[in-house]
Amino acid sequence: MKHARTLPVLIVIAVLLLAVGPFLPRWALFLVTVSLCYGIVVLGMMLLMRTGVVSFGHGLYYCLGAYAAGTLDQVYKVSDMAVMLVAAIVTTAVVSGAIGFLLRKYRDIFFAMLSLAFSMILYGLLVKTSALGSSDGFNIAASKIAGITVAGTGSERYVRYALTVVFALVSGIFMHRYLNSHMGRLAEAIRDNELRVEYMGASVRNVIHVNYMISAVLAGIGGALAAIAVGHIDPEMAYWTTSGEFVFVGILAGTGSVLAPFLGAFIFETIRSFAYEYSPNTWQMALGITMLVVIMFLPGGLWSLFVRKRKAA
Amino acid sequence: MAQLLAVLIDGLIYSSWLFIIAVGLTLIYGVMKILNIAHGSLYALGAYSAASLAGYWLKQGYPPMGSYAVMVVAAILVGLIAGPIIERGLLRFMYGKDEIVLVLVTYAVFLILEDAVKLIWGVDPYFIAQPYGMLGNFSIGDLTYPNYNLVLFGAAVLIGVVLAWVLTKTRQGKMLLAVIHDREMSGAMGINVGKVYFITFTVGAMLGALGGALTAPMISVQPGIGAETIVLAFAVVVIGGLGSLPGAALAAILVGIVRAAAVHYRPELDLFSIYLVMAVVLIVRPKGLFSAQEARKI
Repeated sequence: MKHARTLPVLIVIAVLLLAVGPFLPRWALFLVTVSLCYGIVVLGMMLLMRTGVVSFGHGLYYCLGAYAAGTLDQVYKVSDMAVMLVAAIVTTAVVSGAIGFLLRKYRDIFFAMLSLAFSMILYGLLVKTSALGSSDGFNIAASKIAGITVAGTGSERYVRYALTVVFALVSGIFMHRYLNSHMGRLAEAIRDNELRVEYMGASVRNVIHVNYMISAVLAGIGGALAAIAVGHIDPEMAYWTTSGEFVFVGILAGTGSVLAPFLGAFIFETIRSFAYEYSPNTWQMALGITMLVVIMFLPGGLWSLFVRKRKAA
Repeated sequence: MAQLLAVLIDGLIYSSWLFIIAVGLTLIYGVMKILNIAHGSLYALGAYSAASLAGYWLKQGYPPMGSYAVMVVAAILVGLIAGPIIERGLLRFMYGKDEIVLVLVTYAVFLILEDAVKLIWGVDPYFIAQPYGMLGNFSIGDLTYPNYNLVLFGAAVLIGVVLAWVLTKTRQGKMLLAVIHDREMSGAMGINVGKVYFITFTVGAMLGALGGALTAPMISVQPGIGAETIVLAFAVVVIGGLGSLPGAALAAILVGIVRAAAVHYRPELDLFSIYLVMAVVLIVRPKGLFSAQEARKI
């Protein structure tokens, strides 16, 4: 039931978003774009959580994706969004493929800590790289898409928005299909009992490695899209608090459906933008309290509310 | 040669600081299996309380030497207030959950306390530099250092020795080791595990706050110092082996010296060097330098 409906819902939402885009005020357009970027990253976190590992260092790939896109613009003067995204995907896939060989042997806290160490290595490097703006980062201008110049045509905001919607849709469909594939189903089995999965002849390490790479590439896409949308990047994207936020939204949303990360990210970004406006000094406190409430009373995340309601109906 | 000496001295000073901020974290993990992210906030709370209380003390014209005592008292107060509230009010309902869930719980506490600090002290930085320079300087060769660094070094050694002594020589310490070894069995033998947890967490919180209080004169106390410090403490604790006291000491020295060398020879590798050491140690010894072997449970 639930699975059969997910795909149509995803597509309908994406089409609706694309249709209403031109009529949205500027702030709403931006809010939806940024939440979708975040949602793509959290989609990857969800996959890792389903596999039973938590990465406290996914800021690494978020930042790497953004810097892959930004460096193209800054250093090589390539400002085509399509090229930027390809660069982000290739970079994060290569780096996560390499790091995955190490991380696949680790679990629990050690997985979290080693991934944290790698993200802080990148942070430490970027903060001191003056060619890339050190701790201030730099601005990027993505003026073209697949060779067509969009800057100055008035539609550039909508183009970025539409690009993000399309990528979110593709990532969502991909993840939905992946989770229902053989590999995807192994994820939850590993979380439940790793040893039995091994007994039954599947390689736990391979599954973790592949899932780690998928989540890393998603984080890279999210980072590159966020860089294009915001127009500015800095090393803070690799700092551990950024990674912590991804974990936070993942927990908040729950792992029940591929729609959950997008919902969670949208709620998170909405609260964040309003809280920045009205009470900048208490919004983290609100986040912390929400997180405690979710951990204590809603271990399945916000999504479990949704599912329960539907079952009752 | 002079530079090598400088690396050594800077490294040891930095190691002392690292040990002080990490020791409470490793103690809490060793006993309770909680990797306490909120330790960073306790550090910040300690730094802020020390800065404002010692600032008040000096402004009143009381004997300036007394400000050191005020700083320590401030840290103890923070530990005695915040520790029990966090442990009794929240953590005790969470025992038995996955380690990683407990990390997230303490992350939530960290977020809450970060804003609590901003609400109490505002977002402007506090400076309390006087205790740093008040003790005069010492010189080795043509290098001059404030004597306050000796205080830091002394405090690190004192904390390490006292903790090691309590753990291995006193009855309470031996009971604590029993709880670390097997929580359920020691409970069956009549040890009040809840009380051990309570005391450990409070002492750990105090140590975190003390780290902040001792650091306050050397930095500008401002929002974000907790987040900055907790990752360093993580690095030290994970390198040493979670829950190991000698491990934390060795890791602090290792990281301290490496970072000092980086700062002197390749300043752009400052932060990078610390986490590189962390990654390399974890790759070579997945559970840190000093870690107990664990039986695999099915």
